[in-house]
Amino acid sequence: MSVGQSEFTQAILDPDLAVPPGLTDPQGRPAGKRFSVYRNNVAVSLTEALETAYPVVRKLVGEEFFRAMAGVYLRQHPPTSAVMMHYGARLPAFLENFEPVRSIGYLPDMARLERALRQSYHAADAAPIDPAILQTMPPDRLMAARLRLAPTVRLIRSTWPIHAVWLANTTSGAPKPEMVAEDVLVTRPGFDPKPQRLGAGAGNFVEMISGDETFGAAIEQAGEDFDLAALLGLLLAGGAITDISEGT
Amino acid sequence: MLDAANRHFDHLPNRPGVGYKPQHYSDILADPGPVDWLEIHAENYMGDGGRPLAQLRHLAERFPISVHGVGLSIGGESPLDPDHLARLKHLVSWLNPASFSEHLAWSTHDSHFLNDLLPLPYTARTLDRVARHIDQVQDTVGRRMLLENPSTYLAFSDNEMSEIEFLSGIVQRTGCGLLLDVNNVFVSATNQQTDPVGYINAFPMADVGEIHLGGHDEDQDDHGAPLLIDSHGREVVDPVWALYAHTIEVAGPRPTLIEWDNDVPDWLTLAAEAARADGVLTRVAA
Repeated sequence: MSVGQSEFTQAILDPDLAVPPGLTDPQGRPAGKRFSVYRNNVAVSLTEALETAYPVVRKLVGEEFFRAMAGVYLRQHPPTSAVMMHYGARLPAFLENFEPVRSIGYLPDMARLERALRQSYHAADAAPIDPAILQTMPPDRLMAARLRLAPTVRLIRSTWPIHAVWLANTTSGAPKPEMVAEDVLVTRPGFDPKPQRLGAGAGNFVEMISGDETFGAAIEQAGEDFDLAALLGLLLAGGAITDISEGT
Repeated sequence: MLDAANRHFDHLPNRPGVGYKPQHYSDILADPGPVDWLEIHAENYMGDGGRPLAQLRHLAERFPISVHGVGLSIGGESPLDPDHLARLKHLVSWLNPASFSEHLAWSTHDSHFLNDLLPLPYTARTLDRVARHIDQVQDTVGRRMLLENPSTYLAFSDNEMSEIEFLSGIVQRTGCGLLLDVNNVFVSATNQQTDPVGYINAFPMADVGEIHLGGHDEDQDDHGAPLLIDSHGREVVDPVWALYAHTIEVAGPRPTLIEWDNDVPDWLTLAAEAARADGVLTRVAA
């Protein structure tokens, strides 16, 4: 009876477990280090997948720390799919509870932003509407209409200056982050996702629109300081509106 | 489906190809050099859209594409993941590639995907399971697949047959073809202390639809015996080139891929490896 894949999997993920019996070198001696090649391949490849997915988180905590943390994460949350572009979905939640980084309060939201960027990168292409449709629609009809946002659009709402910190870690000469809450909208003009900080009320507006509420209801929820023209400009430039529908 | 007006390549030419890396996109289109076809890892093109699929669509108009799966876990004790199989079917029907291949290995157990090609004992029981999975893949994807021989680092004490007997049995049962990775042959033969030339001479060459060449790293096991690691992170070494030349002499020219997945070099370095394969293919054909 062969060593089962269940036992093999456990021993791969837990380096403290003994190498399963029945795995040998050519002379029939215990496999030892030969088994470690597989252990190492698995840990390294999953760590690299997380590094690819979360470059700014990695930069913030440092390469060495990130790898050690990835080692903990990958054993708690091994992938459940072979599509590695989706691996690491639970890292934001993991970071909320990972004691050594509890003091870096914005880290989970940074991971959410990086995940949003990755999702946007791989999201389906969708043709944007002609901006003229919005500009020429009579206001009463527009207020009752609903917008559909592109699959590439993501909204991240944070109590931290998440966009400023992202910018400071990806762009040279970016301004020093100020301690304010930030809503970030990711759009994908062409193929490259673009995170942009939203003005007052715009987060509420986008959230309402995404929830299939009417244009009018979204404006109401956005409050007095909301700059509608600025947000529509941002959405249209990002190819973020793919449909406008009237009626229920 | 891709635009019907596009050229369609229904097989890989007996020429060099390379594993496609997005950083080489412009270089390949500007001057592919000796590279006549490209291979992609299926799993990297299972997103819904964006640049990866747009680039692939464009490349497929010009080059025959080989879709090479790395995550199906054909050797798994668990049933094949129906979602993954559906994604493969979708990709293959959209792209209509010149070839589709996967590995004699497992990577998923109990819904845990380990992202490595893990080894199998060569027993009648494993053969039965692998053959059933290959039948399922070929039925679902609707085409013949190629199965690749693995790099192995250890042995199972209960092996009942050789790797070649195992692969031949699979071909007989399923009608699939084989992808012969010559670097894997060299790595496994070194690690298992067997003869790589003997392996090549015994291999069922009539079923080989593609050859892989790649770089490996050198290490030692607990007893100081050489232990080669299939790393795909450097040039193909001279002994593997010699084994490849022998393979082509025995089998005749076959589509030959340079695999370089880690520490990916610039295009000219990769194209130089393809040119070296071209030299062997041309010399033997002459």
